[in-house]
Amino acid sequence: MTTNGQPKGRTLVFNILRFNPQEKGDKPRMVRYEVEEAPGMTIFIALNHIREQMEPSLQFDFVCRAGICGSCGMVINGRPDLACRTLTTKFPEGEITLMPLPAFELIGDLSVNTGEFMRSVAERVESWIHSEEAKAPDLDVLEERMDPDTADAIYELDRCIECGCCISACGTLRMREKFLGARGFMSVARFMADPRDDRTDADWYEVIGDDDGVFGCMTLLGCEDTCPKDLPHQAKIAYLRRRMVKA
Amino acid sequence: MKVVYTDSLVIGGGLAGLRVAIASKNRGLDTLVLSLIPAKRSHSAAAQGGMQASLANSVKSKDDNEDVHFGDTVKGSDWGCDQDVARMFAHTAPKAIRELAGWGVPWSRVRKGDREVVVNAERVTITEEDDDHGLITSRDFGGTKKWRTCYTADGTGHTMLYAMDNKAIELGIPVHERKEAIALIHEGDRCYGAIVRDMITGELIAYVANATTMATGGYGRLYSISTNAIINEGMGAAIALETGKAPLGNMEAVQFHPTAIVPAGILTTEGCRGDGGILRDVDGYRFMPDYEPEKKELASRDVVSRRMTEHIRKGKGVESPYGPHLWLDITLLGREHIEKNLREVKEICEYFLGIDPVKDFIPVRPTQHYSMGGVRTTPKGESPALRGLFSVGEAACWDMHGFNRLGGNSVAETAVAGMIVGEYVADHCLAHDVDIDIGTVRKFFDREQAKIDALLERTEGENVHELKAAMQQVMMDKVGIFRKGGPLAEAVEELKALLERSRNIVVRAKARSANPELEQALRVPRMIKLAICVAKGARDRTESRGAHAREDFPDRNDRDWLSRTLATWPDDDALEPELNYEPLDVMRMEMPPGSRGYGNAKTIEHPDTAKRVAEVEAITASLPDADRHEIQRALMSYELPEKYRGMNERSGVGTA
Repeated sequence: MTTNGQPKGRTLVFNILRFNPQEKGDKPRMVRYEVEEAPGMTIFIALNHIREQMEPSLQFDFVCRAGICGSCGMVINGRPDLACRTLTTKFPEGEITLMPLPAFELIGDLSVNTGEFMRSVAERVESWIHSEEAKAPDLDVLEERMDPDTADAIYELDRCIECGCCISACGTLRMREKFLGARGFMSVARFMADPRDDRTDADWYEVIGDDDGVFGCMTLLGCEDTCPKDLPHQAKIAYLRRRMVKA
Repeated sequence: MKVVYTDSLVIGGGLAGLRVAIASKNRGLDTLVLSLIPAKRSHSAAAQGGMQASLANSVKSKDDNEDVHFGDTVKGSDWGCDQDVARMFAHTAPKAIRELAGWGVPWSRVRKGDREVVVNAERVTITEEDDDHGLITSRDFGGTKKWRTCYTADGTGHTMLYAMDNKAIELGIPVHERKEAIALIHEGDRCYGAIVRDMITGELIAYVANATTMATGGYGRLYSISTNAIINEGMGAAIALETGKAPLGNMEAVQFHPTAIVPAGILTTEGCRGDGGILRDVDGYRFMPDYEPEKKELASRDVVSRRMTEHIRKGKGVESPYGPHLWLDITLLGREHIEKNLREVKEICEYFLGIDPVKDFIPVRPTQHYSMGGVRTTPKGESPALRGLFSVGEAACWDMHGFNRLGGNSVAETAVAGMIVGEYVADHCLAHDVDIDIGTVRKFFDREQAKIDALLERTEGENVHELKAAMQQVMMDKVGIFRKGGPLAEAVEELKALLERSRNIVVRAKARSANPELEQALRVPRMIKLAICVAKGARDRTESRGAHAREDFPDRNDRDWLSRTLATWPDDDALEPELNYEPLDVMRMEMPPGSRGYGNAKTIEHPDTAKRVAEVEAITASLPDADRHEIQRALMSYELPEKYRGMNERSGVGTA
């Protein structure tokens, strides 16, 4: 027992990729850190402990630390996931290897630049409501009605937190640099489901009707397997394909 | 020296900042947003339960309107708010909801016919009217007379932020990510932008702007346990304070949310109780009706948090390795409701607690949640002391919340204030030129560069993480839910000692580029300054108002304290702020001070209160044929940008 009355925890081993591309001469390397496990410990808590006690330069990104903002996507023992809500008890062998998400520009250590990528996806998909009517809205009058089920269905597809797990787990993206990826397809599906958006299937075909779009997907479904929000990637990619074939 | 020029510089890419940027861009101005992170990750996304606006579509919100929303907001603030601002807000909130609906927020909608809801722990059936089918619905929240909180399940902030950021992208507004403003550029009574550090390269950049809007959120991370995102370190308020000119308002007004999970401190929405969840103690007993027979679990947040703390002090808490907690029970809502309307709460319970809230009680405890205080502004959102400096959202003390914010009024404020203040920001830019000498910019640039150089060169000194932890512990122990003069005085002195030590921080990581320790070394001394503002404001305010609860002064004292605290930082060598007080004018109030109707709270009356009550009654009586809008105008005129002055239509009643 330790002084605070808690049983002494396991010794966890963290193997972390270290590399600061901003510093000349720095080279990527794996570094091992040992941390005593505490009750309820998440990778968020462990990484902060390492930074405060051992390695002040260690870079990683957390914002909400509650699984809703998508900042802390990283490869945890080979699988992209959100670090903030991953409990260390999930790993019975007590060894945890952390790598930055591939497919994004590396900022340093576990921190990657998803922001620019996600903005480019938003620009490519034009992820905003396209509506002539909505351009000069009268905010004083009753809002346009929407079927309650339609609103709920849009929300289901609007839950993406842009963590980048689907992008880093995408096999097709390794082969096709300009492949849109699951985040983009989900966004298309979301706006397609929205009656406020005027875009037609012909418009959408321009966005996703080629091999960099939905026809390029090799259906490896890393997106479906790794999405922390359990979004229906498989179903929606199949749906978009069927719809685009008809378009 | 790298210099970037723009008309409208917005610091912070959450809901409020983005909405100001959109307003600027729509008025033809060059606009630029700075953000620590990609904008869609801002803390706005964490707002779960909803946004208040008096649409009055659902059957449980009929007869709601701006007046009722205004009244709830003023009462909730314990009469500490600026009533002009509360009026501006209540009037514009329905327009904000409708604007966001046009921009894509999938607001949950009214479904006609019968549905079962839980009210006061009992299942009842309510019937929605056919005419309202498909309009935006709302749920119950604490401290409100009507069901007024509009929502998308419990991901409201997320859908709002995504719609808002997508609108900004549509307009081509650049967001410069991973950039941190570390000082404001100012001369005389005018602000001209900010010195900014690139958090990847470490490079400093001067952003010179006509208007600078601080939209950096709250300062919850002054406390070691907070529901806030870890980036909510109050830096916007801090660099405003460091100008020595711009005052911060009501920094001691800090809200504790009743239901954050133990130990992680992550929020479970007020919607849990709004939808019918209840609080239980160690015996499984529902205790809130004993304390607040009328509103029970849906009393205002400050009240519920205090009652929970009192109950824990009576030994009724559940012991845990992390201290005592109580239970939030939403099992009575049923699986279907939880999986649809409280799914984020369910995920949080599963991942962080390993429990299923459909079957299990949730361990909760009151936890730091919201900063009512911030950069003091006029109703137009501008600093009273630095022209061209605006502030909006949680970063600001625009002051619609006074000493206690209602649930659902924070995301509402972000969108609404962004709309209103955004117009005033644009007005400012169109009416003024940037007349700053580049030498002045250089002076601020060199000063900040020298500070960073000195930090990196120092080889012996204090550990930044230790100082931060010590500050957070002082705030937890001595500036919490219940406060007392003795511990508050100790807190001020201990924090001053920490501030002195923070002038000698040494960083072990020496990189000029991305360097998390250097970031903390730049922030922690500023955080300690904010903490001193909070603690000193709390020490000197010898009354209880809203979330500021003094055990040694339990009464609200309108006679001596119906005022807003203004903190300014005298100079770099100072160890504490100067506090001044801005009186609230009772004779201007549409709603003169009264009782909030909780417990047996007493009020020491302001000498003008009775006079103003009589005046309000006389004015109202003199207008027997007037409608509510005419009476309101007679009682208190308030300003709004022209485009937001129209009356709001409601289902079945028009604009009545």
